[in-house]
Amino acid sequence: MALERERIAERAMYRLAEGELLEIYRLMTLIRRFEDKVAEMYTRGKITGFCHLYAGEEAIAVGAIHGLYDKDYVVSTYREHGHCLAKGASARAVMAELFGKSTGISKGRGGSMHLFDPVLRFMGGYAIVGGGLPIATGLGLAIAYRGDPEVVCCFFGDGALPQGAFHESLNMASLWKLPVIFVCENNFYGMGTLVQNAICQEELYRFADPYKIPGVRVDGMDVIEVYAAVSEAAARAREGKGPSLIEAITYRFRGHSMSDPAEYRSKREERIWQERDPIKRFRHLLLHERKIAAPVLDRIDQEESAVVDDAVKFADESPEPPLSELTKNVYVE
Amino acid sequence: MALITYREALNQALREELDRDERVFIMGEEVGYFGGAFKVTDGLIATYGEKRVRDTPISELTIVGAGVGAAMGGLRPVVELMTINFALLAIDQIVNTAAKARYMFGGQTKVPLVIRAPQGGGHQLGAQHSQSLEAYFVHCPGIRVALPATAADAKGMLKYAIRQEDPVMFLEHESLYGMKGEVPEDEDYLVPFGQAKVVREGKDVTIIAYSKTVHDALIAADLLENQGTDAEVIDLRTLNPLDIATVLESVRKTARAVVVYEGWLTGGAGAEVAAQIYQAAFDDLDAPIQRVASADVPMPYNRHLEAAALPSPDKIVRAVERIS
Ligand SMILES: Cc1ncc(C[n+]2csc(CCOP(=O)(O)OP(=O)(O)O)c2C)c(N)n1
Ligand SMILES: [Mg+2]
Repeated sequence: MALERERIAERAMYRLAEGELLEIYRLMTLIRRFEDKVAEMYTRGKITGFCHLYAGEEAIAVGAIHGLYDKDYVVSTYREHGHCLAKGASARAVMAELFGKSTGISKGRGGSMHLFDPVLRFMGGYAIVGGGLPIATGLGLAIAYRGDPEVVCCFFGDGALPQGAFHESLNMASLWKLPVIFVCENNFYGMGTLVQNAICQEELYRFADPYKIPGVRVDGMDVIEVYAAVSEAAARAREGKGPSLIEAITYRFRGHSMSDPAEYRSKREERIWQERDPIKRFRHLLLHERKIAAPVLDRIDQEESAVVDDAVKFADESPEPPLSELTKNVYVE
Repeated sequence: MALITYREALNQALREELDRDERVFIMGEEVGYFGGAFKVTDGLIATYGEKRVRDTPISELTIVGAGVGAAMGGLRPVVELMTINFALLAIDQIVNTAAKARYMFGGQTKVPLVIRAPQGGGHQLGAQHSQSLEAYFVHCPGIRVALPATAADAKGMLKYAIRQEDPVMFLEHESLYGMKGEVPEDEDYLVPFGQAKVVREGKDVTIIAYSKTVHDALIAADLLENQGTDAEVIDLRTLNPLDIATVLESVRKTARAVVVYEGWLTGGAGAEVAAQIYQAAFDDLDAPIQRVASADVPMPYNRHLEAAALPSPDKIVRAVERIS
């Protein structure tokens, strides 16, 4: 099965125009640089609270969202900077949110774990494990109800599978044939707990079986493989055939959050996964398979670094939300 | 006596009770090898093993429900919810089972289950991770609600919680884990429930608090002293049972009361305290009771907005000034 998916991915890659490939590379690079800068700003006290970085997992957000249309919805977790940027958010708006500024994507009220942009149809980061799945199911219901050709892509971690919300959502979405793509980012750990110590069935994609929906496992370090799987699931959902479960195998390059030194992982294990760095791998592919010239990619690297620097400057110079607005928006006024 | 942190005091209480009673065991997310998200259970798995210190999947409803079942099966579980915010996933088992089983089954069973959870804001963790939810549980008959404010109480109250026979919501405050205090080393050091404590004596006004707000109240009392107001501060320690007698005794002396709590103002546990004071001591009051609590908003991330939403020593001082 893994081989077959690789072949699908290979075909998908040759279908993609050079511009698209470069866009994918650009977004993955943006996310990595953004997250590195966030870590720096966190250490400098510019960003506080809980902060969970996405470095290492970029191929999933970028690959999956490349398989969607702009009008499709995305629902995510507290580890959502990458998904939000991949859905089209500006680095400025996301950085300003982390700085708690009024120019932030959630006006400084949400912080790192609660990004939201209705225009981009980025329908929120939710910090309760499993909390996003019912929301995604409901968005799917709204689409089906309206009869629109849209889909919802819902990202969550391996840690969400033991929650009732996962099972209830898959059942309901399957029963009602809702257009939802459930994308499980299996990075082997929920905080310090290994998947096999938390879930009786380690092949997470097989949780699709009891709910009678397609379930596949993809290499989450391969952006094209993720893209191919999500495109397929999206096409199916648009045809009214219901939800899918995609398990993307990945690894977070940093600790669970900025306060976790990840002492439960061996350096050896971390090195092995660093070697599978999705950005390096994709760069290699672009250079050697698609014969894209190195300076083209180097330029993207420089441009994205500049985008992130500009975002920090913007966030730093932005105003704080006024104290007079403390109670604004508790209700629709 | 030993000078240790609130966190260490809880850890000691757990160790002593694990040693004392074989039926006691711990379960929760990351309580074993990770040592607990706030390191309260640090090192316990090395001493007691996986049977008695059990890492669970992220399944709050079933963690608590299994705790109820295990308690009905003769064990004495101490369940940790990583934070109180996740108790909302378990509230069915807390309210519909833990709190009701004994009564609903005619007194034929009991649920000696302790549910430990940290709560509170002040760390810019945003709307879903900064809540103080004690009022949810105080509202429900059948479950005890304990909120220690000091290291000594953390130890003595947790040991008492584990030894008594009813289900307990044992609510710790995230900001208190690092706070040090003198803690008795006696293995039978227990702080029974339902005993409020006068932590500062005064004659002009009674400030009634619990959990972290006790410390805010003490700071406020110092500030008030500079202005010539002599405040008495009471730490309620448990909200169920509620020691209203100690509160009334104080209020009858001072004739003024301010209730301070970190939950939302509306429908907060302090509103119940105020209501009971009015009912029993209306004629003894010289001024209306004031409440200082969190603003009725989901917690904002921005630090200035968060500070504006939370109770603080300054806000307590202003509340006292309003009735002085
Ligand atoms: C209901 C609930 N329980 C516990 C937590 C605390 N918590 C936050 S993240 C996390 C681990 C989740 O792991 P996973 O779903 O695999 O996502 P990852 O962090 O690996 O991306 C836990 C236990 C929470 N936020 N919500
Ligand atoms: Mg994980």
